[in-house]
Amino acid sequence: MTEHPSGDLCLEQLSKKFESFTAVNSLDLTIPEGSFFALLGPSGCGKTTTLRMIAGLEDPTSGTIRIGDVDITHVKAHRRNVNTVFQSYALFPHMKILDNVAFGLKRRGDKDAMRKAQEALDLVELGHTAKKKPNQLSGGMQQRVALARAIVNRPNVLLLDEPLGALDLKLRRQMQIELKRIQSEVGITFVHVTHDQEEAMTMADTVAVMNAGNLEQVGPPADLYDHPASTFVANFLGQSNLLTSRVTGLGGDGLATADCHGHEIQVAAEHIPTGVRDVFVGVRPEKLRLDRSGRNHLDGTVTDASFAGVATQYLVRLPWGHEVTVVQPNDGSPRARVGESVDVSWEPGSEFVLDASQDQDAGMFDTGLRDA
Amino acid sequence: MPSVGAALGGGGATAAPAQRPRRNWVPYALLLPGLLWLALFYATPMVTLGSQSLQEGNVYDGFVFTGNLSVYPQALSEYWPQLLRSLGYAATATFFGLLLAYPLAYFMAQKAGRWKNIMLILVIAPFFTSFLIRTLAWRIILSDGGVVSDFFERTGLINLLEWLTLTTGGTLLNSKFAVMAGLTYNFLPFMILPLYAALERLDPRYMEAARDLYASGWQTFRHVIWPLSLPGVVAGTLLTFIPATGDYINSRLLGNTQTVMIGQVIDSLFLRVLDYPQAAALSFILLIMIVTLVALYVRRAGTEELV
Ligand SMILES: Nc1ncnc2c1ncn2[C@@H]1O[C@H](COP(=O)(O)OP(=O)(O)O)[C@@H](O)[C@H]1O
Ligand SMILES: [Mg+2]
Repeated sequence: MTEHPSGDLCLEQLSKKFESFTAVNSLDLTIPEGSFFALLGPSGCGKTTTLRMIAGLEDPTSGTIRIGDVDITHVKAHRRNVNTVFQSYALFPHMKILDNVAFGLKRRGDKDAMRKAQEALDLVELGHTAKKKPNQLSGGMQQRVALARAIVNRPNVLLLDEPLGALDLKLRRQMQIELKRIQSEVGITFVHVTHDQEEAMTMADTVAVMNAGNLEQVGPPADLYDHPASTFVANFLGQSNLLTSRVTGLGGDGLATADCHGHEIQVAAEHIPTGVRDVFVGVRPEKLRLDRSGRNHLDGTVTDASFAGVATQYLVRLPWGHEVTVVQPNDGSPRARVGESVDVSWEPGSEFVLDASQDQDAGMFDTGLRDA
Repeated sequence: MPSVGAALGGGGATAAPAQRPRRNWVPYALLLPGLLWLALFYATPMVTLGSQSLQEGNVYDGFVFTGNLSVYPQALSEYWPQLLRSLGYAATATFFGLLLAYPLAYFMAQKAGRWKNIMLILVIAPFFTSFLIRTLAWRIILSDGGVVSDFFERTGLINLLEWLTLTTGGTLLNSKFAVMAGLTYNFLPFMILPLYAALERLDPRYMEAARDLYASGWQTFRHVIWPLSLPGVVAGTLLTFIPATGDYINSRLLGNTQTVMIGQVIDSLFLRVLDYPQAAALSFILLIMIVTLVALYVRRAGTEELV
């Protein structure tokens, strides 16, 4: 019989090579039991491969996978207490919805399979479709059936591979809320794979960002957003303005001074990576203001303004030609016009600081618009 | 009834003229060649054959239509052993054909990768040689002192065949075994190809989903692969069973007087005995039996949740 270990899911030095191509490179991750964990990255970065290794559908080239204290690296897929919601749903077309949902329970000889399957269908509000075939349901409904088919088994870990990828935007938002509700209701560890940074941030307790087979950074969404550890994360998660600067010295109040194209700016000393002097000072668009209220200020010219209801997004050209994005809430204060000279300011400490030896544009063009 | 538009608009000049639905005759025209073909080469011979079975007389004085149905019970009572034997042999050949073809087709469709096309060509390759010659070749393959015969003797399998009365006198040739082996071999491609087509369409993600949902290899086959391949199984077994039942080459070339199949009987009634009414009646009996069996089979398979 299948073992039912429980505990955190640990990936240690997990790698997968396809011939000479490294799809996943020495991944180290601990996914706490019962958490909603998102694996985020542009398409082709190895997310699906990682999930497939956890599910047992792909053999790792090296490394180990543990649930709690039990090493499951070489346990066969059908003996792992892990279930997957496939991106394509993969509902069995020849079975009724209820039989699809009961499939896993029946394989494990559960006498109560049908009743539990019906309950799981009710949980995703599709109890009335029990007697239908998969091709009689819409995409969104099939997605929920796939979810019911997986969670009904009460796995230790539920793997979701871009489960909302095929749904339109409105349905996506609904399902995001729905998924979170179901996760907190059943308390199973969810590993949610997505290339949509917004989806990852709104849903997950913890987000791991992957890039080209490597783990870039792991943490709560707000931490990743406020303190990205690399230009890739800074650009991939939301928008960032990266100002090339050089740290010139320590000031008081835990602040350091930096030279940004001949302008002196202040940054929180604790944000500066140790031993680095050439840096990117990163400021999120909504933390920049078009006035002199912040202690750091630069002057610039508005080159573009786009109104978006709650806020207006400006492009402002700085004296050395670099353009920054500024987002201002439409709170009644006067709006700047294109061509206008403006001040751009921000408060020291609201920035993050990155080592300038990285590619400034990493992660820039992978904003999740491409499909997996 | 006037249209709603006309009623509301008072039937004035503003109402669009009622469009006469234009009959699209193209689909019917496309049916025509096929219908003509069927009428000429299927319906006409059937009617001829039917009327022939109800004639009396002989080839020298000529046959006259008498509508005498008694030829049917006569033919049945005389040749029922050959009829049953034919069904039995065909069923056996179909069964072993399925057993051989399924794993092969599965491998070709799901695992062969770039060897797929080469394997397909190999499956079709026997068609480049005539049916007759291939069957004659089996006489050489099964002949005494040959490799196959040697193998059966050394392993003692020949004793098993003797015990099952599939062979007699210690030789493979001219036996039930040889006829059924020949039938299995000759119709194997007709089993492989539809199975291949069905298994080729089978999305491997369903198998992965089954594995993910705790199904062992056998359970994945039983609950996912097999049911999804049923259309291919039905097509393959029909394409094997139907022609095998009426076959007369294998039983003539590889069998003995105890293995005569119904096709062989009809063949000799038509061409040697020249008893046309009896031959025609037997042909009809065979036809009706096969159609009935196939109808029952397809209905049964249809309830097995065909996709
Ligand atoms: N079976 C395979 N054989 C060869 N390369 C593969 C295979 N599966 C995935 N890859 C490659 O590994 C990389 C990561 O793929 P995948 O894990 O599917 O990415 P993601 O899910 O993040 O989009 C891709 O470049 C893909 O082409
Ligand atoms: Mg993927």
